[in-house]
Amino acid sequence: MNDLQELYREVILDHNRHPRNFGELEGANRVVEGVNPLCGDRMTLYVKINDKKVQDIRFKGTGCAISVASSSLMTEKAKGGSLDEVESLFKQVHEMLTSDISSSSINLENLDKLAALSGVREYPTRVKCASLAWHALKSAIAGSADKISTE
Amino acid sequence: MSSVLESQNTLSHAYTDISALRKDFPALQQNVYEKPLVYLDSAASTQRPQAVIDAVVAHERSNHANVHRGVHQLSQRSTEAYEGAREKIRAYINAESCEEIIFTRGTTESINLVAASLGKSRLTDSDEVVVTWMEHHSNIVPWQLICEQTGAQLLAVPMTPDGELDLNEYDRLLSDRTKIVAVGHVSNALGTINPLEQIISKARDTDALVIIDGAQATPHFRVDVQALDCDFYAFSGHKMFGPTGIGVLYGKSSLLDAMPPYQGGGEMILTVTFKETLYNSLPYKFEAGTPNISGAVGLGAAVDFLSDINFEALAQYESDLLSYATTELMKLPEARVIGTAKNKASVLSFTLGDIHAHDLGTIVDREGVAIRTGHHCAMPVMEHFQIAATGRASFALYNNRDDVDRLILGLQRALELFT
Repeated sequence: MNDLQELYREVILDHNRHPRNFGELEGANRVVEGVNPLCGDRMTLYVKINDKKVQDIRFKGTGCAISVASSSLMTEKAKGGSLDEVESLFKQVHEMLTSDISSSSINLENLDKLAALSGVREYPTRVKCASLAWHALKSAIAGSADKISTE
Repeated sequence: MSSVLESQNTLSHAYTDISALRKDFPALQQNVYEKPLVYLDSAASTQRPQAVIDAVVAHERSNHANVHRGVHQLSQRSTEAYEGAREKIRAYINAESCEEIIFTRGTTESINLVAASLGKSRLTDSDEVVVTWMEHHSNIVPWQLICEQTGAQLLAVPMTPDGELDLNEYDRLLSDRTKIVAVGHVSNALGTINPLEQIISKARDTDALVIIDGAQATPHFRVDVQALDCDFYAFSGHKMFGPTGIGVLYGKSSLLDAMPPYQGGGEMILTVTFKETLYNSLPYKFEAGTPNISGAVGLGAAVDFLSDINFEALAQYESDLLSYATTELMKLPEARVIGTAKNKASVLSFTLGDIHAHDLGTIVDREGVAIRTGHHCAMPVMEHFQIAATGRASFALYNNRDDVDRLILGLQRALELFT
């Protein structure tokens, strides 16, 4: 069970049970739909960008605990951030999810609660669950697509 | 005729102690996460018995060469093994002749072959193709593609709340415009066994040809294509204890004969000039290129393995196992079985409260239990039940009640973790 508790940390279970910033966002100027075709999960990300800042951000959709918690934690952390800060956050989370932490330069402390997602790395089949929301956010900032996929 | 008699003879002496078959499967004798593996994902792919592994290895070690080409010894052995496998499969499903047994990569390619070839020769924009809401994507998308190309309409038979086909609606959808009826024998997502006799006999009142997706049926029961009187029957090697990358399309020879080739290349031709190409006879007309020879040999060995089993005993065994699993699952709080048809193969699709299927899958995996989670390539089924995904435990002849108990233990862990 220890392994599983590393993945399903209390922060993740809490954000899955009570997702923050959940629902549509009125006045959003970027809306991106993210799908994971492997499991059929889908989420819609609403972002309001003004003055190169993420002024507001919300999401809705269905997904597993990892996917919902990652979306929820992401909206909490990204809200109010500058586009540069969010871009840097994306890079750090991506590295945390995909690379060996001992050889990685990222500082988990900077990521606050998002560090709870670091256990996902040990579960390669679940990395996509955690990264879906982040790819949607990246795409929303770039304004490059209104639909993204993990595949 | 002699082979039919032989197979009936074998059946009467066939193996009835199903629970003893597990020891023939080496993959099941291992630990994952330091726990004995419980493999409940056979609807996605079954494990192989030692006899299949040995047959493939023996072929690869000493008999491999290209088929139908060389005059040398190895080519002759390879051809005999490949054609021998075709004859085993013919006898096993009681096809009239080997011309009717086309080797493909699997069920998906078999269905694509029929769709592409029949589409070209048979469908116009005033025709209709009937599928069902229960189908795997591989029995939907090839028809969508061909309907787009020909302008034909694709219609789908709806399901009842239990996950059975609504046969009154099927009746209503059939008309003189129906040219093809494509239906699964057993639903991969729900386990529902469809009443093929009724479905086929109703289609016979129209001009429609009937193709059956048998991928999920062949691991559980023996199919007799002549008794069924279907026009085409598609199935996969790796879902019936054989290798991946090999499957079969059975088709009535009169129909296959009249159909244009699916792919062009070597093997499927008689003569080629730049003016004209003459096609080879059946079944080679539909087998362009070098085939999966060792795959066919492995599938032949799988058919030998299955031929020794008493299928009445197997049906009883799997039905007992399914009913035990269903009863035990329903003891868990908030468990819901998805697919409660009266006639079901040993497939148990379920949800557990609001815990997402992927989380269930990861948690039971750490307990050594392999289940499938997701939409099972049957998104319309998920839409019908208004859910995103299910957990699916699918049982084969090598599973037992201990496997069910381990699954339930894993699901209890999930409940502990999430509440």
